[in-house]
Amino acid sequence: MAKELKLMKGNQAIAEAAIRCGCDGYFGYPITPQSEVLEHLMAERPYLKTGMVVLQAESELASINMVYAGASTGKRVMTSSSSPGFSLMQEGLSYIAGAELPALCVNVVRGGPGLGTIQPSQSDYFQTTKGGGHGDYRLITLAPSSVQEMYDFVELGFDLAFKYRNPVAILSDGVIGQVMEKVMIDDYKPRWTNEYIEEHCPWAATGHRAGKKSTIVTSLELDSLKQEGVNKRIQEKYRKCEEEDARYEAIQCDDAEFIFVAYGSAARICMKAVELARAEGIKVGLVRPITLWPFPKKAVAEIGGRMKKILCVEMSAGQMIEDVKLAVECKVPVTHYGRFGGVIPTPVEIFDALKNMIK
Amino acid sequence: MTREDIIKPENLVYRRTPVLTDNVMHYCPGCGHGVVHRIIAEVIEEMGIQDNVVGISPVGCSVLAYNYFDVDFVEAAHGRAPACASAIKRLRPDTYVFSYQGDGDLASIGCAEVMHACNRGENITMIFINNGIYGMTGGQMAPTTLEGMETVTCPYGRDPELMGHTMRLTEVLAQLPGTYYVTRQAVYTPVLARKCKKAIRQAFENQKLHKGVSFVEITSNCNSGWKMTPVQANKWMEENTLKYFPLGDMKVDGKFAPNFMERVSTFDQPNETRFSLRSK
Ligand SMILES: Cc1ncc(C[n+]2csc(CCOP(=O)(O)OP(=O)(O)O)c2C)c(N)n1
Ligand code: SF4
Ligand SMILES: [Mg+2]
Repeated sequence: MAKELKLMKGNQAIAEAAIRCGCDGYFGYPITPQSEVLEHLMAERPYLKTGMVVLQAESELASINMVYAGASTGKRVMTSSSSPGFSLMQEGLSYIAGAELPALCVNVVRGGPGLGTIQPSQSDYFQTTKGGGHGDYRLITLAPSSVQEMYDFVELGFDLAFKYRNPVAILSDGVIGQVMEKVMIDDYKPRWTNEYIEEHCPWAATGHRAGKKSTIVTSLELDSLKQEGVNKRIQEKYRKCEEEDARYEAIQCDDAEFIFVAYGSAARICMKAVELARAEGIKVGLVRPITLWPFPKKAVAEIGGRMKKILCVEMSAGQMIEDVKLAVECKVPVTHYGRFGGVIPTPVEIFDALKNMIK
Repeated sequence: MTREDIIKPENLVYRRTPVLTDNVMHYCPGCGHGVVHRIIAEVIEEMGIQDNVVGISPVGCSVLAYNYFDVDFVEAAHGRAPACASAIKRLRPDTYVFSYQGDGDLASIGCAEVMHACNRGENITMIFINNGIYGMTGGQMAPTTLEGMETVTCPYGRDPELMGHTMRLTEVLAQLPGTYYVTRQAVYTPVLARKCKKAIRQAFENQKLHKGVSFVEITSNCNSGWKMTPVQANKWMEENTLKYFPLGDMKVDGKFAPNFMERVSTFDQPNETRFSLRSK
């Protein structure tokens, strides 16, 4: 059995991908609209299949700190939550970035602020891409726009997390988490053995140092000059990541006069709006950032620079639009269309917004 | 005896354990943290598990514990050491895992994590240094600060009506089915330090049994925070702290120690005793 086609929810795809890509541990706490991740894992009992550890923690604080410690031992560990829970994890994410550890954290966003709503939203863009926790760090952020990408980005997320030894976020939303779609799933990949980790992750505190010097995992450095050095090293990684790992998709942009810039489920809806507009002879395309950090600045600048106008569509009051404007250096007018608080825009209203912008 | 005789191995009476590094400890002279570090290091050496252990340091005066132990260490966020220890033990069950926390770290900000790690019966060793105060941040009130005791955030003495009561969390943890061994020790005299070492040894040995948490509270001093000399602080602790936090086992081999429930059954009585750090 190499590949298999299955119908599943985005949240289940996250869980299934974790089991199949060799994830060592998942620690999570229930919250709508992402509880199916933990539910699927508990139902599948991966500890019997691959030896993967699954634990319902007492809170998101505990989950993220379990992830921090698990990552400290060189294991591929992850958690998932939705907005209020993700807010609780910020201190832990900052520790993971500060201690330079690889970890994966999924946020299936719901509308805020506060307890907000359980309906889908994209209002955690600032929190995820601009920091969220304290200190100068970045979360490498992947934005899936289909259930297949929910599946694929788990392994990709771990790969990027280990490449940069930095936390990676999958920034999804209640639409992609709950919708059911066909997904191509892989065969089970074996988890890394302890011996492999001990050999390949010299930074990991495995408790098995075999006579070698002991390993300390910490984000504390009281000497500010040394702390500045740590920061400089981390920033260098971020420059490399911006150079090598900014991802995007450009749809029907070659002949376009206008583009939508949208990610995640908003991008899916914009694809329909592109069809509607093109049927009426309006040449519009779509640029879909796949990594929100690093933001695909060059692509947005290059493609956006050729356009008459840009419409940034988000399920928020306007967050990614700031990065779009920075990318095109305000040389092209950028307008925002957003629904928020859990409201999902329709293709027709996006098309109307486009017509409004053009006239 | 000549110098040559003295250095013969068979005449060795005391040696610093190699599980402690040569780094100079930052602890105030007379502080209990350093003594407990040495005891843990000796236990690790004696059990021969130096290459097979991960320690978790807290946020508190012992945040830099990893500089003093020559074993693998992970520095946890404030209060989260039990969550860290749980994850590491589950991901590496072939490793001895211990957490080391102060009373602010464990009983205040980390109350949920310690309760749940104990309730899940994680197969780990927990060391709890209760000095009744936040040492590291300059002597603020902790949940364990005694009623009447002065700190910089209760300068007129802890008033239970305003600030809540002194928390005996260890007695609560002993009642959770996930704890297997729960004890309160001290290290301010050689005899007590030796007893404490036996307890810590037991708490590490228990990890072989997979029966749940082994929890050792060490009632300790903070001479800097209490604004006393080390000798005064130890005397004060003996005369005051130990009245409210009596030493001894609470749970052994998963069973309550004799008198434990009897003592707990008096907890509904109002606490009339007021303690003061100031000499009257
Ligand atoms: C989230 C967070 N809140 C507050 C602090 C500040 N802080 C550092 S140590 C500490 C108290 C530690 O007291 P305790 O656990 O009793 O340890 P001791 O120093 O007495 O050994 C506090 C409040 C912090 N580092 N992180
Ligand atoms: S401040 Fe208190 S707890 Fe901290 S090292 Fe000094 S005496 Fe020990
Ligand atoms: Mg303290």
